[in-house]
Amino acid sequence: MSAAISVPISGRARRPGWLLAIGLLVLAALLLVLGTDVGSRGFEDMWRSRNDPVATQILWDIRVPRTLGAWLSGALLGLAGAIAQGLFRNPLADPYLLGSASGAALGLAIALALIGASPFASAWVLRMGFTGAAFAGAVVGVLLTLVLAQGVQHTMRLLLAGVIVGVVLGAARDLVTLAAPETLQGLQAFMLGSTGYVGWGACAIMGAVLVPGLVVAWATGRGLDALALGESTAASLGLPLGAMRVALVAVLALATGAAVAQTGLIAFVGLASPHLVRSAARTTHGTLVFLSALMGGVLLMAADVLARWLIAPQELPVGVLTAVLGGSYLLWLMYRRSGVARRAP
Amino acid sequence: MTTPQVALEARAVRAELGRTPILHGIDLRLPAGRWSSVVGPNGAGKSTLLRVLAGLLPHGGEVLLHDRPLNALAARLRARQLSWLGQNEGAGDDLTVYDVAMLGRLPHQAWLAPPDAADRAAVERALRQTQAWDWRERPLGQLSGGERQRVLLARALAVEAEVLLMDEPLANLDPPHQADWLALVRELVRSGNTVVSVLHEVTLALQADEMVIMDTGRIVHQGPCGDAATHRALREVFHGRLNVASLEGQWVALPH
Repeated sequence: MSAAISVPISGRARRPGWLLAIGLLVLAALLLVLGTDVGSRGFEDMWRSRNDPVATQILWDIRVPRTLGAWLSGALLGLAGAIAQGLFRNPLADPYLLGSASGAALGLAIALALIGASPFASAWVLRMGFTGAAFAGAVVGVLLTLVLAQGVQHTMRLLLAGVIVGVVLGAARDLVTLAAPETLQGLQAFMLGSTGYVGWGACAIMGAVLVPGLVVAWATGRGLDALALGESTAASLGLPLGAMRVALVAVLALATGAAVAQTGLIAFVGLASPHLVRSAARTTHGTLVFLSALMGGVLLMAADVLARWLIAPQELPVGVLTAVLGGSYLLWLMYRRSGVARRAP
Repeated sequence: MTTPQVALEARAVRAELGRTPILHGIDLRLPAGRWSSVVGPNGAGKSTLLRVLAGLLPHGGEVLLHDRPLNALAARLRARQLSWLGQNEGAGDDLTVYDVAMLGRLPHQAWLAPPDAADRAAVERALRQTQAWDWRERPLGQLSGGERQRVLLARALAVEAEVLLMDEPLANLDPPHQADWLALVRELVRSGNTVVSVLHEVTLALQADEMVIMDTGRIVHQGPCGDAATHRALREVFHGRLNVASLEGQWVALPH
């Protein structure tokens, strides 16, 4: 092309992702210290009481795993959000889209209803645990979505199947709670989200899902970049789209299932984390998945500290806090974008 | 006179979208080192044909790339030989212009391997050819429709494939950049590349070496753009509402 119409490089040059990564890691470390210091009496310096065996036990058996668990759960949701938005090529895609959240809620509702129903059922539930039931429900929800969508090859069909499974399993959960109203209280804690029950075991499970999930998502990052230009373009570049989709849906399902099973339904973290990263740094999907996980971890950790501190010695449900903060953020984002659109020539 | 080598060949190609048959037994031979433009009324099956030729759509019959069945080629090998630029490619608004162009190098890169000097050189060449080099740090979402189209064209050029298939590559381009695109295609053809384009703008399509005219999923004519038979076929396929005339040594199509 000969006629040069030169446009200077934009003033909004790419801000390096590593700078954001360092910032988020430092923030996470600070929040970890803060999180271990927040208790039923507000802030208290737990690290100075390390000679007190009770304080040490509270610190290492409750607060550290809980705060770390909040980071891990948020990181899983942030990772899942980045994958969902890349895979479905939709900035409003949510990690819960594949039916994992409704499946987990149904699994938990059934487990709660079975307690006391018969000695065999009670023993079965106790062996599996409530988090196990929630995880099994999440897996069943995702599998149902995949069956209904006849695989992972058609993005729109997958999205639609996820919505349908979400509605149907939600209705099934309502039926269970109608039949066994005593499940409502236990289910409410799950629906509102809580990091209160996270121990070292839960941290290990979430960590074991997060690390390989990040590796797989990073390895398919260029594929997600190509997919952003359209499925046909990605296919024309010789990418193994089928295998890529299978791997990413597996990570999405496992990450969401693990997070939901351990901390309940945490709203907006998965949706907002990738947006926050994109607004702070220019990234490709290879770096977005990492940064989104770091951002999700920091968001949930911050929400958890706030939830424990705001009305101490009472606790706010962390899911309610993330919903309020996340909703406000999305409103602000909409306002800012419409403002930019109005100012554009 | 020697018969030109055939780059792409379709044999009895049939294709459906959903359950609707779109292509009905297409036989086509596209010469190597030439520019062929595919034209026809809306719904004639032009884009579908291009997607079939690119190996992007399941189809009946057979497509051959340099006498080898396209389906028998490994995906990456096919991607290195055939570059495709589609209509209404997706969003990718957050990717920078440079990142988008670099995606064109994926067929040449080993899985997870970082871009090498050859990749960077190819991307720079492609971005300079489409005059998008100066915006390489800008996100795609900040560009106008025409600027964006030039970046997507650079992505297709960065593949450095021998055969380029382009579906409405001039969408959103202003006249000076349409002229630039024509010059670029001629340069590619001079360098031995084969270009196949679907164009709604018949006057621009008439600048090609060869024209393929389609109607209702069939090829009704194939011949040089300057032939009277081609002009006659054009008039017929557009129900007589198109005249082809010569203006300053170029063929122009005038709708009426």
